[in-house]
Amino acid sequence: MPQLFQRLRNSVFEYVDFPLLVITMLLMTIGLLTVFSATYDKSTHAFRQMASMFVGLAVMWGVARIHPQRLMRFAAPLYIAGLALLVLVVLTGVRVNGARRWLSLGVVRIQPSEIFKIVMPMMLAWYFQKYEDAIKMRHYVAALLMLAVPFLLIARQPDLGTAILIGAAGFYVVFFAGIPWKFLTGMLIAGAVAFPFVWPLLHEFQRKRILMLFDPMVDPLGAGYHIIQSSIAIGSGGFFGKGWLRGTQTYLEFIPEPHTDFIFSVFSEEQGFLGVCVLILLYLLLIVRCLVIASEAPTFYTRLLGGALTMSFFTYPFVNIGMVSGILPVVGIPLPFMSYGGTALVILFCSLGILMGIRTHPVLLRR
Amino acid sequence: MRHFIAQRLLSQRLTSTQNFGLERFQFRVKCAAAFVFFGFALLLARLVYLQIIRNEYYSTRAESNRISLIPILPKRGEILDRNGEVLARNYFSFTLEITPALVEDLAGTIDRLEKLIEIHPKDKRRFLGLVNENRWFESLPVRNRLTDEEIARFSVNRYRFPGVEIKARLLRHYPFGSAASHILGYINRINNADIEMIKKGEKSANYRGTSRIGKTGLERAYEFQLHGETGYEEVEVDANGHPVRRLSSIPPVPGNDLTLTIDIHLQKIAERAFGKHRGALVAIEPSTGEVLALVSMPAFDLNLFDDGIRQEDWDLLNTSPDRPMINRALSATYPPGSTFKPFMALAGLEMGKRTPEQSFHDTGVFNFAGHTFRDQKKDGHGHVDMYKSIVQSCDTYYYILANELGIENIARFMGHIGFGQRTGVDIGGESEGVLPSPEWKKHRFKRPELQKWFGGDTISIGIGQGYNAFTPMQLAQAVALLANDGTLYRPHLVKHVTDSKTGGKKPVKPELVRTTGWKQVNIDTIKQAMVGVNREGTGAHAFMNAAYTSGGKTGTAQTFSLRGGDYKASNVKEELRDHAVFIAFAPADKPRIALAVFVENAGFGAQSAAPVARKVLDHFFGIPSGRKPPEDRAVPRRE
Repeated sequence: MPQLFQRLRNSVFEYVDFPLLVITMLLMTIGLLTVFSATYDKSTHAFRQMASMFVGLAVMWGVARIHPQRLMRFAAPLYIAGLALLVLVVLTGVRVNGARRWLSLGVVRIQPSEIFKIVMPMMLAWYFQKYEDAIKMRHYVAALLMLAVPFLLIARQPDLGTAILIGAAGFYVVFFAGIPWKFLTGMLIAGAVAFPFVWPLLHEFQRKRILMLFDPMVDPLGAGYHIIQSSIAIGSGGFFGKGWLRGTQTYLEFIPEPHTDFIFSVFSEEQGFLGVCVLILLYLLLIVRCLVIASEAPTFYTRLLGGALTMSFFTYPFVNIGMVSGILPVVGIPLPFMSYGGTALVILFCSLGILMGIRTHPVLLRR
Repeated sequence: MRHFIAQRLLSQRLTSTQNFGLERFQFRVKCAAAFVFFGFALLLARLVYLQIIRNEYYSTRAESNRISLIPILPKRGEILDRNGEVLARNYFSFTLEITPALVEDLAGTIDRLEKLIEIHPKDKRRFLGLVNENRWFESLPVRNRLTDEEIARFSVNRYRFPGVEIKARLLRHYPFGSAASHILGYINRINNADIEMIKKGEKSANYRGTSRIGKTGLERAYEFQLHGETGYEEVEVDANGHPVRRLSSIPPVPGNDLTLTIDIHLQKIAERAFGKHRGALVAIEPSTGEVLALVSMPAFDLNLFDDGIRQEDWDLLNTSPDRPMINRALSATYPPGSTFKPFMALAGLEMGKRTPEQSFHDTGVFNFAGHTFRDQKKDGHGHVDMYKSIVQSCDTYYYILANELGIENIARFMGHIGFGQRTGVDIGGESEGVLPSPEWKKHRFKRPELQKWFGGDTISIGIGQGYNAFTPMQLAQAVALLANDGTLYRPHLVKHVTDSKTGGKKPVKPELVRTTGWKQVNIDTIKQAMVGVNREGTGAHAFMNAAYTSGGKTGTAQTFSLRGGDYKASNVKEELRDHAVFIAFAPADKPRIALAVFVENAGFGAQSAAPVARKVLDHFFGIPSGRKPPEDRAVPRRE
C-alpha cells in the first residue's frame, strides 16, 4: 500500500519542481488574500481567481510533462499564427475602453497579445538554437526585427504594458544569446537619441503618464490622482501596516483598480513595509530558483528560454511596483500571482510549467 | 538524482565552442541576477522612503482623505415685531441643484432635466448667470420649491444625472412681503465683500457651508446674531465623497431671534398713507429711542430675494427712477424747510437772543447787504412774536434771528441736537447729511470764490433752506429730543435679542446719548407753539378733530434730486415740485411718539405730509383709520 502511494506520487509529481511550486503557492496565498481584501464586500473575485489558479496549476502540470524540445517545434508556427491574429485584431478587433486588443471568436474573446509572452521567447530561443555554434551579428539583427513586429503591433493597440513585457522577454533572449556589449550600448544610445522622435507618436494619455512621473501634482484630480492616492496608500501603511481588511484607502475606494494593477498598494497599505519585504523576498527566491534552472538547463534553447521566462518574473513586479509607488510611468502591467486576472495567471503558470519541464527533462531527445 | 546525471551528460557532450558559450551564458545569468538585485533594491529604497521616512505625512493624508467634516447649517434666527408678529421666518424647500464642475455637458443635462422637471426660462437664465460668475465648484440652484411628485420623478432617474442633486434648503420668507423691507433687509449669495466681512469678524469657520448672508437692513446689521453656530458632522467618506459612516457630530445652534421696536401694523398704515408718493417717515418713542416705524417708499418685495433674485427683477429694482432699493429714511438727505424753525427759535431762547414775548413788525421783506429776502406771505404777518412765528411759519422772523445768531452759533447748536451727524441707529446705510458752516463750505468747494461764507448763506439757513440737508432720521431724532425735554436716547430698531440656547431675552437698553441742559421753560415755549400749529396754525386742517393733543410743524423743502438720480425728461416737471415735510409729537403733555415725514415732490407740507402723520398718529392712539379730516376747509396757502 505505501508502495502504491509512493508510485502514484512519483507519477503525478514526476515533472514538478517542488521548490518552485512552494514559492509559487506562497505567493498565490498572499495574492488571493489581497484580492479578497481589495474586493471585500463587493464581489467574489477572490474565488474566481482561485478557480483560475486551479486551471493554471493544471496547465502547469500538463506543460511540464511535455519535453521542451517537443514544445520547441511549435515555436515558429505559433509565432506566425500569433502575428496573423495580431493583424486580424488591427483589422477586426473589438474595441474595449478605447483600445483594440480583443479578438471576438463568436462566444469567447481572446487577447492574442497574451500568448506572445511565451511564444516570443520561444521563437527567438529556437532561432538562436539553429545558429548555436556560429551566431553572427545579422542573427541578432534578425532577432530584433522578429521582436519589433509584434511589439509595434501591440504597442499601437494601444497596450504599452503588454508590449513592454513582450519586448523585454524577447530582449532577454537576445541578451542571454550573447549579444555583444558594444551592440547593447549602441542600442541604448540610439534609443536615447530616438526618444524625441518617438515622443510625438505616443498617445496623449501615454505622454501625460510619463510627465506625471516627474510631478504628479501637475494634475492632482486627473492623471496624477492615481499615483497620489496609491502613494498615500503605500506610505500610510508604515512599517507594520494597517492590518488585513483594514486599509482605508482601499476600503473607501481611493485606490483605482485595487484588485488588478494597483493590488500592490492594497497589500502594502495593509501589511506595511514588513509585508512588502516578505513579498519581494518571495519574488527574489522565485527568480533565483528559476535562474538556477536556466543555468543548469541542458540545451542552448532551454537555457535561453528558461533565462528569458525567469527574467519576465522580474520585469512584472519591478514595473508594477515601480509604477504604483511612483517611480515608473503608469502602464497596465499586473503583479504576477497577485493581480486578479485569469488569462494572465494561466500564462504565468504555463511559464512555470515550461521551466519545470526544462528542469525535469534532462535527457535529450534523439533527433 | 536526475539532475546530476544531466549535468554530467551535458559536460561530456559539450564541445569547446559550446563550453565557451555556456561560460558566456553563465556570466550573463550573473549579470542578470545583479540586475535583479539592483532593481529590487531600488524598489525597496523607494518603499523605505514612502513607508518609513514619509509615513507620518502619508498617514495624515490618508486620514484627511477618509474623514470629512460636513457642516450642518443652523436655522437662521427669526425677526418679530414688538408685538410678536413674525416678520422673517425660515422654511424648508427642496431645490434642484447642479454642480457645473461635475457635469460634462451642461446644456445637454439641462435639456434632459427639462423633460422630467419643469424649468422656467427665468430659472434657467438665473442659473446660467450664476455659472458665468465662475461658481464651477458650487452647487447652484436650477429650480426651487420642488413638489413631491417632481422629487420622486427625479429620484428615479437620478443615476442619469451625475452632478445633479436635490437638496433641502432653508429659505427665508417674509410674511409681510414689502412691508418694512428697508428695515428687515434681504439675504443673498455671499460675495467677496461679504467674505472680507466674515474674515474680519473671525467667523470664517462658522460660515463653512453657509451660502447666503444678510445684505442690507437688520439681516445685515445683526447677521452674526441671526446666523447661529454651524454644527459639524464628522463622517467617513469614500473616494466619491459619499458619506459611508458617521463618526461624530456637533449639532448646530440656531441663530438668535430679534424682537423689534417696530409695530408692523403701524408700519403698514404709514406705508399705505404715502399712496403713490415717494418719501420717508421715521417715528420714535422719545423716552427710549425705540423706532416705532421707519418707512421708505417705494418699498420692494423681500420675497424676491429668498432663493436668489432673478436678473430681471434685480435690474428692475435698480434701474427704476423711483429707486426703491434706497432707504430714504436713512440715506436720503433733504433740506428741512420750515420744520427747522422750532429749533432755530429754541436756539434764540437758549442763547438769550430772544424772549418768547419779544416781537417785531413783519412787512414781508428783510433787506440784507443789498439783497431782499422775502416772506412767503407777500405783505408780511404783521405783529409777530415767537409763538406766532412758529404757528404761522413766518420767514422774516427767522431771517432776522439767523442773522443775529450767526452761522457759527447756529452750527454749534444744531450740531448739539444731532443734525449733520449719523444717529447711530442699529442698521447701516446712514448718511451724514450736511450741517453747513464756514468750515464745511471751505472743505466742500474747491474754487476759492465759492469757499467763502456769505452772510446771505446764514439767512437762508434760518428757514431751513440753503445748504441744509438732513436725513429723515435726523429730523425725527431732533423732534424726539425736543419732545423728551432735551434728553436724547439713541434710536434703535431691536427691542431684545432672544438667545436660542437659553431662551433668555437680552433687552436692548435705551442708550442715553446726551442731555442738552436746555431750560424747561424754553422747551415748553417751543412745544406750546408747536401744539398751536396743529390747533390753529398750518397743521390745524390735518389735525382737525384729533382725539389727542399733538404738536407739529409743517415745512416745504426746496427740490433737489436724489444723489445719482436720473429722472427722465418727462418727469422733470414733477421733480421740480417741492418736498412736503411735517414733524409732530403726541400727546402734547407727555409725548409717546415723535415723527418726521418727507413726501417727495408733493408740494406743501400741510397738504401732503401732515395727513400722513395724522394717519400714523391716529393708528398709534388706537383710532380706527378711515376717519379723514374734512376736505372743505381751506388749506392755509403757505407755511
